[in-house]
Amino acid sequence: MIRRRTRVAAEPVMTGPAPIVAAPIVAASGIHKHFGALHVLKGVDLAVAERELVFVIGPSGSGKSTLLRCCNRLETPSSGRIIVDGIDLLDRHTDINAVRRRIGMVFQQFNLYPHMTARGNVTLALRKVLGKGRAEADEIADAALARVGLAEKANAYPLELSGGQQQRVAIARAIALEPRVMLFDEPTSALDPELVGGVLAVMRSLREAGMTMVVVSHEMGFARAAADRVVFMDHGLVVEEGPPAQIFGAPEQERTRAFLRQLDH
Amino acid sequence: MDSWDRFVFTFFNAQVMATYLPRIVEGFFLTVQLALLIVISGLALGLLLAVVRSFGIRPLNWLIIFLVDLFRALPPLVIIVLIYFGLPSLGAAPSGFVSTWISLTLVLAAFAEEIVWGGILAVPKGQWEAARSTGLGFATTLTHVVLPQALRLSIPPLTNRTIAITKGTALGSVVAVAEILSVASGAVGFSSNPSPLTLGAIAYLILFVPVVAFGRWVETRFAWKR
Amino acid sequence: MDEFIATFFNVEVIRAASPILLQGLWMTLLLVLVAVPLGIAGGVLLAVLSVFRHPAVRWPLIAWVDFFRAFPPLVLLVFIYAGLPFAGIEIGAFGCVAIGFFLNTSSYYGEILRAGIESIPRGQVEAARSTGLSAAQTMTWVVLPQAVRNVLPDLVSNTLEVVKLTSIASVVALPELLFQARQAQSVTYNPSPIVAAAIIYFLLLWPFVRLLSRLEHKAVARR
Ligand SMILES: Nc1ncnc2c1ncn2[C@@H]1O[C@H](COP(=O)(O)OP(=O)(O)O)[C@@H](O)[C@H]1O
Ligand SMILES: [Mg+2]
Repeated sequence: MIRRRTRVAAEPVMTGPAPIVAAPIVAASGIHKHFGALHVLKGVDLAVAERELVFVIGPSGSGKSTLLRCCNRLETPSSGRIIVDGIDLLDRHTDINAVRRRIGMVFQQFNLYPHMTARGNVTLALRKVLGKGRAEADEIADAALARVGLAEKANAYPLELSGGQQQRVAIARAIALEPRVMLFDEPTSALDPELVGGVLAVMRSLREAGMTMVVVSHEMGFARAAADRVVFMDHGLVVEEGPPAQIFGAPEQERTRAFLRQLDH
Repeated sequence: MDSWDRFVFTFFNAQVMATYLPRIVEGFFLTVQLALLIVISGLALGLLLAVVRSFGIRPLNWLIIFLVDLFRALPPLVIIVLIYFGLPSLGAAPSGFVSTWISLTLVLAAFAEEIVWGGILAVPKGQWEAARSTGLGFATTLTHVVLPQALRLSIPPLTNRTIAITKGTALGSVVAVAEILSVASGAVGFSSNPSPLTLGAIAYLILFVPVVAFGRWVETRFAWKR
Repeated sequence: MDEFIATFFNVEVIRAASPILLQGLWMTLLLVLVAVPLGIAGGVLLAVLSVFRHPAVRWPLIAWVDFFRAFPPLVLLVFIYAGLPFAGIEIGAFGCVAIGFFLNTSSYYGEILRAGIESIPRGQVEAARSTGLSAAQTMTWVVLPQAVRNVLPDLVSNTLEVVKLTSIASVVALPELLFQARQAQSVTYNPSPIVAAAIIYFLLLWPFVRLLSRLEHKAVARR
């Protein structure tokens, strides 16, 4: 009897609608990172399931960016293991460029190429990494720009765009490569308040289309509305994680409470 | 003859000028030829060195840095004289033209490397990261994302430095290159009249005033691009 | 290899040539001591004048500066050296070099300082004038110090060029370092003295080249 029940519990796909137990897209475990003497990540675990939106919050300097950057090896962890979409990122034989195009990254400072148009920004990797011809790359780029609501800005240079528009182009640059997961590092922190909404709307539509996302941000309203799970980090460790209702409504850890209290002021 | 007439007769002697004009014109074209060769080979070599340096191969970089420092520290005329008078002892005897070409190429390459390298460093780190995060490799990132921006930053200083160094073609007169200055000062000796030098000066102005004005234009043009 | 050393690093030859090389070095340093202050003084004058935007000042100034930047310095020097005697003026090689260098280098210093002055935001002048400083005081105490700091790498770089440029004085037989080295070379039929001169130039100027690299890359990093 007991054995049977256990087996049923082990096959949740059959029991309910939540599809969360498939192999995670991102599985980082025991991540340590040192910058010289500075111990920035002290054994962080992060698993992100397909179609999940994980929100990472925490005080400045707690290691959120570093964790995110380890997930596409812009930083190499000192130790630990990172599997993305079944591929071991830290294996010496892994073709890192092939993996990276499957991991979209959006930066706080947009980092658009200033010498290329919006379309040029999007097509560069399509042509140089995926080897697509110019016509096909342009077509994909225009579709991606349309998804972020900037179809008519394809020929504009970054300097001719507002911050919010630049960030949306940066998102288009990432999604054009059809990534399995998108990493957002404070995508709205450099924007004037009235431009934040447009970027969040694009992120929400990505989520609705089923994109797997890891978002570092201080937009708590967006986290409440859109996140599946919130991870609170402090001093290089995950202090607490859970559904937004729990983290924002009834946090268990004092440090989490203190952090959220500060935000209210 | 009043003093103005004497001045004109001395420095703008039409007869002397007419005699030496054809040779000055030849010198003019030789100067242009030498300058173009220096610009092409110097900039190409400098760019190549900067690109090699960005690969960060330690011993190679030390060598590049040393050579760049060396050719930035030595006066161009010293290098020219050294090659022209020194190399024959080794069995190779480059002409004055070749000595000047090689010397100024090395000097221009050294300055160009330093300027382009500075431009590469000036490109924000985020540009590398954005490109790498989309899966672009090091070389593609360098050639398609970083270098175009680095070169744009480098153009004004590069233009000015290139102009300054090509003016060094006049140094070729020291090692018997029949460029403008050498033709003109030779003619002064023959004719005992400085008018050929006036002619030479005019030739240099015709050659370099547009170039200097171009440099000025490049500077303002790229100033408000940033 | 031995032959290479005997040709380019011949100790005997260099030892024999060392007294006149040393004399040459002193002459080079003397030239620098005359040319650099003269050039900077002229440059400051040109730069300060360029503040007057009136066309009657502006255009002659641009013409003057571009005229002397267009001439290869050696051409200017030879022109002065060979031309002045025909005009009945005899001032000797050193005087010719001093005049030529003044005309050439002050134009470069002037351009650099002008760019520095133009890099200072208008607000600086307005703030200074609003506290009652005169135009001249504002220039001296507020604008120029900041301007100099902004273009310090360029000033150092230009000074380095001036020092290297002193080698062209050898063409008008001024006995500076390169001239002396060539004398020694033509007497001994051995290029070692020129190599020695090159080494002296390098040792003298290398620290400044390094410093300059530092300054330039720091300026780049600050942007
Ligand atoms: N490249 C680096 N070199 C040295 N220290 C770094 C580097 N990147 C980040 N750090 C340090 O690591 C700590 C965590 O940084 P980060 O991950 O950016 O925090 P967060 O994104 O949470 O604000 C900080 O103390 C920061 O100064
Ligand atoms: Mg961060």
